[in-house]
Amino acid sequence: MVAAVEAAKAHPDPDALANLALVRHLHPVPDPRPPTKEAALGERAPSIAELERWATILRIECVRMLAVAKSGHLDSSLSAADIVSALYNRVLRHDPERPDWPERDRFVLCKGHAAPIQYAALAHHGYFPLEDLMGLRKIGEHLQGHPDMTRTPGVEVSTGSLGQGLSMCLGIALALRLDGLEDTAHVFGLLSDGDCQEGQTWEAVTAAAHYKVSNLTAIVDYNHLQTDGTTEEVMDLGDLRAKFESFGWDAVEIDGHDMEAIVEALERSRTLDRPAAIVAQTRKGRGVSAMEGRFGFHGKPPTPEQAEAALEELMAKLEEQTAALAATEGDS
Amino acid sequence: MGAKSEPTATRVAYGEALVELGEKHEDIVVLDADLSVSTQTAKFGKAFPDRFFNCGAAEANMMSMACGLAATGKRPYASTFAIFATGRAYDQVRLGIAHNELPVRIGASHGGVSLGEDGASHQMIEDIALMRAMPKMTVVVPADYNQAYRATLESYERDEPMYLRFGRPATPAVYDEIPETLGEGVDVLREGKDITLIATGHMVWRALEAAESLKREDGVDAEVLNVSIIKPLHSESILESIAKTGVVVTAEEHRVVGGLADAVRQVAAEQHPVPIFAVGMGDEFGVSGTGEACMEHFGLTARGIADRAREALLLKPIVSHPPLLGRDWT
Ligand SMILES: Cc1ncc(C[n+]2csc(CCOP(=O)(O)OP(=O)(O)O)c2C)c(N)n1
Ligand SMILES: [Mg+2]
Repeated sequence: MVAAVEAAKAHPDPDALANLALVRHLHPVPDPRPPTKEAALGERAPSIAELERWATILRIECVRMLAVAKSGHLDSSLSAADIVSALYNRVLRHDPERPDWPERDRFVLCKGHAAPIQYAALAHHGYFPLEDLMGLRKIGEHLQGHPDMTRTPGVEVSTGSLGQGLSMCLGIALALRLDGLEDTAHVFGLLSDGDCQEGQTWEAVTAAAHYKVSNLTAIVDYNHLQTDGTTEEVMDLGDLRAKFESFGWDAVEIDGHDMEAIVEALERSRTLDRPAAIVAQTRKGRGVSAMEGRFGFHGKPPTPEQAEAALEELMAKLEEQTAALAATEGDS
Repeated sequence: MGAKSEPTATRVAYGEALVELGEKHEDIVVLDADLSVSTQTAKFGKAFPDRFFNCGAAEANMMSMACGLAATGKRPYASTFAIFATGRAYDQVRLGIAHNELPVRIGASHGGVSLGEDGASHQMIEDIALMRAMPKMTVVVPADYNQAYRATLESYERDEPMYLRFGRPATPAVYDEIPETLGEGVDVLREGKDITLIATGHMVWRALEAAESLKREDGVDAEVLNVSIIKPLHSESILESIAKTGVVVTAEEHRVVGGLADAVRQVAAEQHPVPIFAVGMGDEFGVSGTGEACMEHFGLTARGIADRAREALLLKPIVSHPPLLGRDWT
């Protein structure tokens, strides 16, 4: 962040300074710490309400990052926030102290353009300082426009070219099998509509069924919006669940913003003896009413006004969620 | 391992050396895209079925799988024809393998036009250019079975992403033994003072033959260099020879754009400009025919190299002592 702030000051750009002022007064998010890895391992699994609250925090970080970076994919990140919250805060077995722990679960953001949502989760878990988030997409900073395994701790493989991610996940799953870790370490890949339009994804789906990998879950963030319009207009994907199933996968369809359903589907997927697809019906821009489910925001950073309105809405939501949590804690 | 003196394809060395590597190293995995008999990886697949992944006709998936395997501690060798390894899966090789600097070896067989009958759709003549242009990718083109065997073994010892180009046809031995190393990737196979012939892959034995004929018919002493590592190119070895002879002919079974010719020209243009003539493919695609007929068709022969050398030698005195043009001011 420091570098970004200095850079903004050195080259006064009214927009950047306004954006910076906008996001700084909100720092830090009023929350102690993310659930610990022990919690994720089951000692004290965060509740559904806590996961929902964490999703809001991740969304807030995304708006801030994009407002400062003035570049990136906000609505794509918001769409995946609930899934990413469930993964990092509850489902994944991971240890920020040991990003190279061989037995860790692997998460691959196949839809690499939604990098901010993964960066927010990684930063809140201590893979790197929270301040780094403000360096997104800036020269000299490690947070690249798309996830980069050579620069950012916690990124398993570099992505950003649609369609490659699931194949990479399959390679990882097979390597884990060779190392005798198939029953221990699970691979979760998060795909987008565009990923599913790429032919390579279906090569990987075919191959994963052929190799009968049991430690692979593909989650599709099926928000029905892509760069040029709705998927129905641009290239209709149809019944994705049925497609995965017909390729020999276990496949379920869920509401991708129903935290209970997300957690249940993710946890169930790791118990199966074949690859698992979770088709998550989502809304692009989820959580920011001006954007939610609306075409026209893909790849566009928020204007200062949009960012302000978005943060106001999300902060109100966070306060509401925090108060509700405090109340239930008081009850018990 | 045993050296071969009879003509043998470089891809055979790849397949056999992989088996030797597989016996020694647990972390080796081999992937193929339904061409394992052609690429010779079937031998590895038979010996180590658990570590062999036949991905079917799905090259993009194969390259990204190799990325995932390497990111998780394996040393993958991913094989298919050169055309599909570089053409079909360029973006996958670029992002997943080269950008991440992962130790994946792309064992590409059937490079060039000498694969013959399958014709233009299969004859890859711009793979060296594509892989040379790609950051972080090392490009290796062995000259014969013996060197290809060493190249495969040695690839295990290196850490960077590598593109290994092998060929289909049986090709005469250039090395008597399996060489101890590829070294810097440039070997002086024959010393001479009049002209430097720089060749790679299937053109190396042809360059040696061309040198013989230049000696016999023209009394010219040609120096012959075999470039087995085209990128990074060891410029000292190249410069040393061209500083001595002052004129060069390059020879490759590949487009003269972006391949060996351009690599040598790049070094020479900056550090020791001399005339450099190229033998290779022009602005054209391959054709069907036997492998040898295709090589003949495009002039990729000893005779082709010798003829280019004769042209280059004509230019040498002119370039060394440029004629005075225009008015004499003295
Ligand atoms: C191979 C490839 N083609 C094109 C792009 C450019 N691109 C980036 S995002 C995107 C589509 C975004 O829509 P979607 O995949 O549905 O993602 P989401 O809605 O989750 O943002 C495209 C075409 C790319 N990154 N990779
Ligand atoms: Mg979409």
